[in-house]
Amino acid sequence: MSGDRQAEPQIVAENLVKRFGSFVAVDGVSFQVGRGEVLGFLGPNGAGKSTIIRILCGLLRPSSGRALVAGIDVARDPEGVRQCIGYMSQKFSLYRDLSVEENLRFFGGIYRVPNSELPERMRFAISMAGLGGREKALVSTLAGGWQQRLALGCAVLHRPPILFLDEPTSGVEPTSRRRFWDLIHSLAADGVSVLVSTHYMDEAEYCHRAMLINQGRLIAVGSPQELKHSALGGKVLLLECESLGPTLAALAHAPGVLDCSVFGNALHVLVSDAERSLSELPAYLEQQHLRPDRLERIDASLEDVFVQLIAVDSAKQSAAA
Amino acid sequence: MNAAAPIVSAKALTKRFAETAAVDGLSFTVNRGEIFGLVGPDGAGKTTTMRMLAGVLPPDTGSIVVDGIDVVSKPEEGKQHISYMPQRFGLYEDLTVDENIRFYADLFEVAAGVREERAQRLLTASGMSQFRSRLAGQLSGGMKQKLGLTCALVHTPKILLLDEPTTGVDPVSRRDFWRILYGLREQGVTILITTAYLDEAERCNRLALLHAGRILYCDTPVALKQRMPGALLVISSPAGRKVRAAIVGQAGVSNVILVGDGVHVVVDDPHTCIPELGDALQRAGVPFTGIVAGEPSIEDVFVSLLENTGKTQ
Ligand SMILES: Nc1ncnc2c1ncn2[C@@H]1O[C@H](COP(=O)(O)OP(=O)(O)OP(=O)(O)O)[C@@H](O)[C@H]1O
Ligand SMILES: Nc1ncnc2c1ncn2[C@@H]1O[C@H](COP(=O)(O)OP(=O)(O)O)[C@@H](O)[C@H]1O
Ligand SMILES: [Mg+2]
Ligand SMILES: [Mg+2]
Repeated sequence: MSGDRQAEPQIVAENLVKRFGSFVAVDGVSFQVGRGEVLGFLGPNGAGKSTIIRILCGLLRPSSGRALVAGIDVARDPEGVRQCIGYMSQKFSLYRDLSVEENLRFFGGIYRVPNSELPERMRFAISMAGLGGREKALVSTLAGGWQQRLALGCAVLHRPPILFLDEPTSGVEPTSRRRFWDLIHSLAADGVSVLVSTHYMDEAEYCHRAMLINQGRLIAVGSPQELKHSALGGKVLLLECESLGPTLAALAHAPGVLDCSVFGNALHVLVSDAERSLSELPAYLEQQHLRPDRLERIDASLEDVFVQLIAVDSAKQSAAA
Repeated sequence: MNAAAPIVSAKALTKRFAETAAVDGLSFTVNRGEIFGLVGPDGAGKTTTMRMLAGVLPPDTGSIVVDGIDVVSKPEEGKQHISYMPQRFGLYEDLTVDENIRFYADLFEVAAGVREERAQRLLTASGMSQFRSRLAGQLSGGMKQKLGLTCALVHTPKILLLDEPTTGVDPVSRRDFWRILYGLREQGVTILITTAYLDEAERCNRLALLHAGRILYCDTPVALKQRMPGALLVISSPAGRKVRAAIVGQAGVSNVILVGDGVHVVVDDPHTCIPELGDALQRAGVPFTGIVAGEPSIEDVFVSLLENTGKTQ
């Protein structure tokens, strides 16, 4: 399956670099997205995700490097690229003082949807967005989640084979987010390639592959399973206790503990040897009068991977600087 | 003034926009020093409620009393105690990060002695200290959101109204942000917050679940979880979508919720359902690594409760 997806790359980024003055926002990023593949873009705020997406959409020229989208060099023919892609920007691209219908008609024009197809495509977009009955409503009066779904409707109006979605579900409630992802997957099943950025780790799990970006560089890429199983370099233990703060401090110096962070009202402890730490940590903590209510091995979540890899990479960067 | 009395008291609030009843007879109270969450589907009326509490939108009917002040008749007086961060915070894109903070610090009349220390702490927590002289218009989306938060938190009001403050904020920064909120709560600040991240709802003292302009449930997260009808099973699988397709509509299954690394299933009777679901998955040839009983998350609860509401309407 994933072999097929990689065989026909629809998006190819080669050593992309983008500088704003002396600031390097994108620092040598290379990757490919296959036909029908959903590739997730993860990373802290300011990592460079939107900048990469803008380059691939032909909206921003890279300082160096090359990008091919649907086989077209984006720097040479940005107009050509735009006919093959749908783009949903992080900042709304909808016209707030136009109605739902007017926005769709407007984007239909931009994307050159033939008039004969437009009514059917608009119906599709409206039902997809769950906006039936609100065709005449001004966008500015729609709650945030509906605006987001309408924006996706506008982006797929011309049936593009490639979709760039920059935080499409930001601020959208869970049930609509799931519906949105069902939609992404049905588009992908029809062969559409999707590059999608998100800060929701459950959504990252829905991607065929996820890429983690930090400070303009690619620091990990793989299927969610691969990332959870190998990217961390250790095993995760869940620790519940009364005194989170002191326990956190004590664990920083405990033997075999690589890292420790707070998740909700519990701690996730990264250790090199799970069995050993499970048997040794209680006694170690007891010496400091700390008694965990619960200590057990859990599967690493993508959030564990994210938090850990970003912390390690950022520490490395600031040590180098 | 009685310290135990609620600091915010909203009674029978309604607000209509043309034919939409955005808020439809809403009553609730918020206690001093608590973090109170408003959650609900898009269009439920969260933002409209926040705007009325902030005194920027008058309700059609109903009353709002904030710390003894009638906000409906004296919105200006209320504003001295309230800091409101709207869903789309107004930053000046042609001012730098620092200049934006200074602007809001002036607006809120923050004493010169504390503003620098506060700004520094907030910017460090959000990893933005190296960008203080960058124009706001050149920040990434999440960085703008964090700057908006910094501006809203640069003074310490009695009441903080935050409308989706963490939208677009990355997972690491979201944790840091919640640490700041806990710190404010310790200082006695009362916080009302809306969020689309239900793991954050879990962190509130009390939650109101809004739907179509009304409060369906209002309670602590723990109490709300006890209201979930049925029991929860967790199916771990790398192919959640296929699991869902294979079991949706099975007898005894009332809800199937995709959760990233698997599926949550709300069932009537876990004992009979575990083997039945296992069989169904095997027949369908869907890979899974386990089916176990689990604790529902707030997200499971809300999906179930809202689903039931939909069915009865
Ligand atoms: N026009 C510009 N001038 C100067 N700096 C810029 C400009 N556009 C972006 N940047 C900087 O480039 C970096 C990357 O920004 P980008 O928008 O790509 O981040 P992002 O990964 O999408 O973050 P987020 O998760 O917050 O959306 C940031 O430090 C941002 O401030
Ligand atoms: N200024 C307005 N004009 C018309 N309708 C509005 C306006 N503001 C909100 N609404 C409508 O009121 C309802 C509630 O919206 P809102 O309070 O923004 O919901 P939420 O914040 O829960 O997503 C929605 O149906 C929305 O379309
Ligand atoms: Mg971005
Ligand atoms: Mg809102």
